[in-house]
Amino acid sequence: MRTLTAYIEGIGLLGPGFKDWPNSLVILKGHQPYQACPTLLPPALSLPAAERRRSSNIVKLTLATGLEAVAAARLNAADLPSVFSASGGDGDNCHEICQMLASDDRQISPTRFHNSVHNAAAGYWSIATGAMTASSVLCAHDASFGAGLLEALAQASVDHCQTLLLACDTRYPEPLHKARPIQDAFGVALVLAPTRSLQALAKISVSLTDAPAEHLEHPELETMRLAIPAARSLPLLQCIAQRQTTRVVLDYLDNARLAVDVDVEMSAC
Amino acid sequence: MNSLWLSHFTATSSLGCGLSQTLATIRKQRSGLLPCQFDTVTLDTFIGEVPQVDAVELPAQMTAFNCRNNRLALLGLSQDGFAEAVTSATQKYGAQRVGVFIGTSTAGILQTEMAYRRRDPQSGALPTDFIYRTTHNTFSVADFTRHYFGLSGPAVAVSSACSSSAKVFASARRMIAAGLIDVAVVGGVDSLCLTTLYGFNSLGLISAQACRPFDAARDGISIGEAAAFALLERVPAHGDDDAVLLLGVGESSDAHHMSSPHPDGLGARMAMQDALKMAGLRAGDIDYINLHGTATQTNDAAESKAVVGLFGSDTPCSSTKGATGHTLGAAGSMEAVICALALQHGLMPGGLNTRQLDPLLPINYLLDNREKPVAHVLSNSFGFGGTNCSLVLGRHNGRSH
Repeated sequence: MRTLTAYIEGIGLLGPGFKDWPNSLVILKGHQPYQACPTLLPPALSLPAAERRRSSNIVKLTLATGLEAVAAARLNAADLPSVFSASGGDGDNCHEICQMLASDDRQISPTRFHNSVHNAAAGYWSIATGAMTASSVLCAHDASFGAGLLEALAQASVDHCQTLLLACDTRYPEPLHKARPIQDAFGVALVLAPTRSLQALAKISVSLTDAPAEHLEHPELETMRLAIPAARSLPLLQCIAQRQTTRVVLDYLDNARLAVDVDVEMSAC
Repeated sequence: MNSLWLSHFTATSSLGCGLSQTLATIRKQRSGLLPCQFDTVTLDTFIGEVPQVDAVELPAQMTAFNCRNNRLALLGLSQDGFAEAVTSATQKYGAQRVGVFIGTSTAGILQTEMAYRRRDPQSGALPTDFIYRTTHNTFSVADFTRHYFGLSGPAVAVSSACSSSAKVFASARRMIAAGLIDVAVVGGVDSLCLTTLYGFNSLGLISAQACRPFDAARDGISIGEAAAFALLERVPAHGDDDAVLLLGVGESSDAHHMSSPHPDGLGARMAMQDALKMAGLRAGDIDYINLHGTATQTNDAAESKAVVGLFGSDTPCSSTKGATGHTLGAAGSMEAVICALALQHGLMPGGLNTRQLDPLLPINYLLDNREKPVAHVLSNSFGFGGTNCSLVLGRHNGRSH
C-alpha cells in the first residue's frame, strides 16, 4: 500500500486573518473577503495558573487549535494520541537564551530552559488535557505540515485509532527573524479517524508525488502558504471548505510532494 | 506487531567510534566521562565528548550543513559500513522507499549560540555566514542524512527531548507497516552545546562528578554526545539466529509536569507495559533492562517505582549513562545499540560510577558486567514534557512465540 487514508473529523485553525475554522470556512469558500490582520492568540485557559503564566505563543496556538478540532469532532482530548509538527519552537525564548549565552551572565532561568525543548507545546498539551497517550513531536523545516500529516495518517491507519495532528509555527524576533522570516503565527489541527463517522468532513488519501504543489489564487493567501510551513495546508483546507472532491498537491520536501485525494462525498469506503 | 530487523547498526559516543570500540570500552567497564573543557563553558561538571568530531569534514557540496551536530552525524554514519548499507538498501528498494527518522533535541543550536557572539555591534544582525536551515533548525540532521544518501522518501526529525531517538523506532515502525516505505534509517544525534549545559545547570540537575545512576549519593546528570543509527527492515524469511529484532515499542505521556517525572513513574510504567504487550511478552521474559537512569534524584526514584511495579526486583538492569553520559536526544538510539550488542554478545553492562546503591530503590542493579545469553531486552527513554518511550529488542532465535 502506497497510499494512506483517513477521515477528517474536526478542524482547528488560527492564523493571520483566520480566527477559527467556522470563520475561515466562509473566507476559504469565497463568501467573505480575506482581511489580513495579525494572529490573535487566546490565553491558555485550559492550563493551571502556574503553567499558564509560562506559556508562550506556540503553546497558546497549539492549545487553541487542538481544542477547537477535538471539540468539533466531539471527542475527549485525553483519549487521543497526537502528532505535533512545528518548524521551530518558541522563537522568543530561543532568542533570549542565545542572547544570555553570548553574554557574561549565562544563568538562564529553569523555565526558559524547559520551554526551549521542541516538545514544550506537546508537554503543555498533555498537562492541559490530561492526555497520557502517545505523542510524536516532529520537525521537518518547511516540510513540517506534510511530515506531520504522514505521521498522523500512519498512526490512524496502522494503530487503527483516531489521532490528532497539530501543525503550528510562530515567528522569531530579530536577529533570527531575518534568517528565518516567518511573519506571524499559524496553526492547524486535524482530527483524523481510520473509519467514517457522523462527524466526518472528508476522506483523504495521501501518497508521495513528483507533481508540483498547488498554488492558491488569492495573492495574500499564496504568500502566507509560502511563508509559513503550517500554511502549506491551505490548499487542502480550501478544498474541504469548497466541498470539492478532487486531487490537491501539497508542498512537502524539496524532492517530494504529497498528492491528496480529497473526497467530500465519501461515497465509496 | 510485525517485528522489524535491525539489519545494520552503529554507535559513536565518548565510548568510541563504531561498535568494536564501543564494545571493548564496555567490556573494560571504562567511562567516557571527563572533566568539562568544552568551548567556553566554565561549569564544574563532567561530559562525554567525542573528540574526533572536530576533524570531520562534510562533503564539499554539503558545507552549508557544517555544524557540530552534522559533523557528529557523518562521523557516526561512517562507522561499521553503515553508510554502505544504506546505499545498498537504496539501490535495492529505491530512493523514495527509504525513510529517514532522526532524533535530536538541540540539532545545530551551537552554531547559533556562536553566531550570537558575533552579532553586528550596530545593527545586531547575525553574521552573514550563519545559515539557519541547515544548522540550527531541528530538521537539519535528518535533512543532512537524506541529502547525504540522495533519498527522496519521507524524512523527519523527531524532537521530544530525551525520548527523541527511541521514538524514531515508533514512527518508522508505523510508516513501514503502513506500506509507505520498505526500509528506515533511524537514529539519534545530539551534540554538546551551551543551551543544554547551562540549561540543566539552571535546574540544579548537573553533577560536579561523573554521574552515578541509582547511587544513594547521586546528584545529577553528566551530559554526553552521540550519534547512533540503525537500518530497520522487514524480517527476512530465513534470518540469522544472531539477528537483532525490534519486537515492541511503548509510548506514553505523563500529563504531570514540564521538567519532573510523574513521582510514581506512572507514564514510564505505561510505556514499558505497552512495549511488552506489542512484543507479545511477559515481564518475566525480559533478561535485561537498560534504564533511563539519568542519576537525578527524581528520575531514578520514579523509574525504580515503575520497574519494580511491573517487573518486581529480580530483573537485571543498569543505566549506561555512567559510561556515555546522558546523550539526550541521541540516548534512545545509543542505548538501543548497546542493547543490540548485549543481545549479540551475551553481555549485560554493569552501571559505572555507582558505589553505594540507593537502598530505597529495590531493583537488581548490576554494578559489574554480567556475561550470559540474553534473549530479550527492554530499553527506557524518558524526557522533559513527560514524554516516555520503551523499546523491546530480541534475538531472532530468542523468539519462542
